[in-house]
This record gives sequence, structure tokens and C-alpha cells, in this order.
Amino acid sequence: MVVFDKPHALNDMSMHYCPGCTHGIIHRLVAEVMDELGIEGRTIGIAPVGCSVMAYNYFNCDMIEAAHGRAPAVATGVKRADPENNIVFTYQGDGDLASIGMAETVHAAARNENITVIFVNNAIYGMTGGQMAPTSLPGQITQTSPYGRDVNHCGYPIRVCEMLSQLEGPEYLERVTVNSVKQVRNAKKAIKKAFQNQLDGKGFSLIEVVSSCPTNWGLTPQAALKWIDEKMLPYYPLGVYKDRSAGEEK
Amino acid sequence: MADKVLMKGNEAIAEAAIIAGCRHYFGYPITPQTEIAAYMAKKMPKIGGVFLQAESEIAAINMVYGVAAAGKRVMTSSSSPGISLKSEGLSYLAGSDLPALVVNVQRGGPGLGGIQPSQSDYFQATRGSGHGDYHMIVLAPSSVQEMAELTVKGFELADTYRMTSMILADGTMGQMMEPVSLDLEVKPAPEKPWATVGTKLQRKHNIVNSLSLVPEELEKFNFERYERYNYIKENEAMYEEYLMDDAEYAIAAFGITSRVAKNAINEARKQGIKVGMIRPITLWPFPVAPFKKAADKVKAIISVELSMGQMIDDVKLATECKVPVTLCNRVGGMIVSPEQVLEAIKAVAENGGAK
Repeated sequence: MVVFDKPHALNDMSMHYCPGCTHGIIHRLVAEVMDELGIEGRTIGIAPVGCSVMAYNYFNCDMIEAAHGRAPAVATGVKRADPENNIVFTYQGDGDLASIGMAETVHAAARNENITVIFVNNAIYGMTGGQMAPTSLPGQITQTSPYGRDVNHCGYPIRVCEMLSQLEGPEYLERVTVNSVKQVRNAKKAIKKAFQNQLDGKGFSLIEVVSSCPTNWGLTPQAALKWIDEKMLPYYPLGVYKDRSAGEEK
Repeated sequence: MADKVLMKGNEAIAEAAIIAGCRHYFGYPITPQTEIAAYMAKKMPKIGGVFLQAESEIAAINMVYGVAAAGKRVMTSSSSPGISLKSEGLSYLAGSDLPALVVNVQRGGPGLGGIQPSQSDYFQATRGSGHGDYHMIVLAPSSVQEMAELTVKGFELADTYRMTSMILADGTMGQMMEPVSLDLEVKPAPEKPWATVGTKLQRKHNIVNSLSLVPEELEKFNFERYERYNYIKENEAMYEEYLMDDAEYAIAAFGITSRVAKNAINEARKQGIKVGMIRPITLWPFPVAPFKKAADKVKAIISVELSMGQMIDDVKLATECKVPVTLCNRVGGMIVSPEQVLEAIKAVAENGGAK
């Protein structure tokens, strides 16, 4: 009897992510949702530039690698090329989505573009070796904020869900994390809803996943998961920031 | 032959794109090409197509990237400063071997420059414009009719060779009205088995991508791409020769300046100077053959350009500097006059082409 299996929507290969990195969990959740909704064959994923750049290898659905930050614009093109058939998601990190690609993010949300955005926020540029991100916490030490993020010098981290919730456009915005079994289950529920919304034609759904980067945070995988609770979540509270269809009859 | 209609150059591009089967247009307002967007905004919703005004030129070209990856004919249009912004996307389109049509209705630069006509994006267009080794097919219309015909041709070449075709026009070409026949022949788009349209669980997943971290692989992709470029150079160069049979002097000009030059040539001929013209229609691939031929028989070549001298480099390369090549130009939105070109012709004729 099979008690645990690889989702079909995930390719059978080893990933390049660091030990303790939560990208693997999030990939798996997205793949499980594709399996459960039976949409792998009509899904096109857009990979970012950053640690998850090679997500195009890992997901079994058709994949496109976008320029840094441009995934929501590319997703807009793919979705509008065949809105009846194509299920489109972007998978983006914080530098990609909230810094260089902020305009594309905001406008895709404002248009209520019928796509699903998986936003992985680990408060650091991982791939380039740990520089300050738009979501790095005040005082956070990184390669480019070696004395700690000085908010008087480089400003405050951006809370994406809160900011986007001010727009009329987006359908669904939720922040989740994956640092415990309970949170992983909750994250999956949110991701599934974000894809279901697209199937139902409801529009732009963004799930922000507060994640860990043990390598660049300089912590053990265990300590990094704890750091999420202690440092990240107070600044980035979990919850639903917008759900336009909440309370509607199913 | 079908009836002709009176159209602006920009509108002719838009209508021809629709005739060519393009149903997706993304753009951002910029003078002097906004009529293309306006035309698409009106037409596309009525024919089941998509017109979307993007938040930026960068977003527009990436929407183009998305539709191209999904296997459909798609275009954007802009003018010089906007093309600079799109250049990141143009590099990615090339790196991912995606077909698309991009229109540049040039205006004077650099920087914000002006809004009057220019040809000063020749280098940008023919040398790739973004980062990395790549080319675009660059088509230079000189009439509203050609604006339409080369748009269709641009889509076909893009699909055939999986690369970007650029229509390199200028403010005059975009704004001027001429009678145009829209009885255009269109070849259907080829099959695109590489497109990301969903696996239907019936094939391995397709990946549209420009990243290859293994140097040997990336080198191989570049070599392969340049093999394709070399084939295009051999087979797709287009040009028009005007009175070159007995010419002792030649003018090199494309787009609007070629029309000005024709007037000057006719006047010079009346005055007994045997001058002709080679008009490149494709700027990349540059039509080397007619220039090579001319290098063995003319005494001098004048490159007439609305730039500080950009195409002149390609003329010198094509002629291997066998004959003197001089520049006759205006810039900044000014246009060369027939009188100015005639003076340039007389100047080289007087000293027999000597430097």
C-alpha cells in the first residue's frame, strides 16, 4: 500500500535547494494542488529569477522562465492567449515580486488578472548570496546591510498583502507560512483556493508564503523555522487580507 | 486588384497585423506611433482579439513574450525611448527563440529626444538592442503600402525563424497617408510543437527558457542560433535598386530618406549625373550583394540618413571600403531635402568620387 507518493505534477529529480529551505515544501504543495484539481495538463507555470529560477525543471506542467520580476506580465500574456484553457501561475521570490517586479505585480493585481501568484517571502536575496531584500526586516543583517537594515537609510520592508489589499482589483490575498505541519496544511488550503479561484474565473489570487533561508540567515534549519515565528510573523502577520467572494454561496 | 484605401502608415501596420492573424497587441502610449494602439483598441475587441494597454513598455514586451510562448502571433509597437525599455524583453525573446513582431516608429534621440522623425535607432535595431549575441530581422518600409506588406512578411519571417521581426519606420512613415491595397497574401503560421499550451498529459513538458548555466551548452545554443542567422543572411536580404544599371554614383538610403533621394536622383540625372540608389528593405540582414556589386563600378557612394551616420558603417563593410562613402544627413527630427541630397551628389560628382 502506498502511503506517501510524489505528486504527478512534480518531476522525479533532486532539487538544488539548500538543506532546510522551504521551497521544496511549497513546490510540493503547488504540485499536489495541480494533481487534486486535475489541471496539470492545462497549466503553464512561470518561473522567476532567484533561487526558484529552475522551478521550470521541477514542475511537470509546461513552464516558462521569465525575466527578473516580469512573471506577472508574462503570465498575463499566456492567460490571455487562451483564457478558456490555460491555467497560469507564477512562482516568485521577494526580490523578484516586490522589488524589480513591483509594477508588474501591482498592475496584474489591479487588473484582477485571472492568474495565481505564489509569492515566497524569505526576506533575502538567496541566489546571489544573501543581499537585503525589499522584505528584509528592520535591523536584519545581510551582505548589503552588514550593520543591519537601517530604516532611516534604506526604508522599511514592504508588506505586499497589506499593500495590495488596498486595491479594488485582486480577488484573494492570503499570507501563510510552512514552518510546522499545521501551517503547511493551512498553506495548502490557501494555495488550492488560489487555483480554484482561477478555475472559477474569479481573478487574481496571491498567496504569500513566509519562508526560511537557513543558509543566508546563518541559522540551522530548525532555528530558521523558529526565526519565522519569532521575527518574521510579528512583522508579517498571517491571515486573509482580501477575499472578495467571502460569504458567497458556493 | 482590390480597391485601395487611404490610410496612415501606423494604421496600415495595425490592419495588416490583423490580416496576418495577430489577435494580441500590447503597448504603452508614446508619440509618434499611438495610432497603432488606438486602432487595435478599437478593432481587437470586435474580432475576438486582445488589446491591452500595459503598465509599461517592459510589461508590454513581457506580455508579448507570454503570448509568443503560448504559440500565437503577437505584437507590440513603440517609439525610440520605448524600444530601449523593451530591449530587455527583446534579448529574452531571442534567448528563448520566440517569434514576435515589434514596431519602432523612430523619433529623434538620445534620451527623451524629440517627437519628430529620425533613423537614429539603426544601430539599436541591427545590432540587437539588448544584451547578448543576437539579431532581429529588421524591415524598413518606405511607403504605406510597404508598412502593410512588411508587417505580414514580418510575422511570417518571425514564425519561420523563431525570432523577433522589427518594423523600423519613422515618424513620417507612421503619420503620412497614402492609398494602400490591403489585398495581402498571408501564409498560415507553422506548427509550434515547442509552445507552452499545456501538456494535456500527453507529452513531456515544454520549457520556454533562456537560461543555461553550463557554458558548453550556452555556447552551443549561440552557435546554433548564428547558423540560423547565417542562413537568413544568405536567403532573406531584400533591397530595391533604382537606376543602378549605368550608375557612376550610388546613394544608399532606406525608409523616408530613400523617397527624398529619388527626387534628388531624378534631378541629378536631368543635369547629366549618372546616379542610382540601393535601398535596403531589410536592414538586418543587410543586403551586402548589391553593394558588393556596386563597389566594382561606382566611383562613390553617399549614405543618406536621419542619423549621425549609422548605416554608413554597413555600407563600408559591404563595399569593403573599395569606394569612398560619404554621409548626407540631418538629425534631431529634421529631414534631408532633395536639394541637400542633390548638392551632396554634385559634390562627389565634381571631383569624380575622389576622397
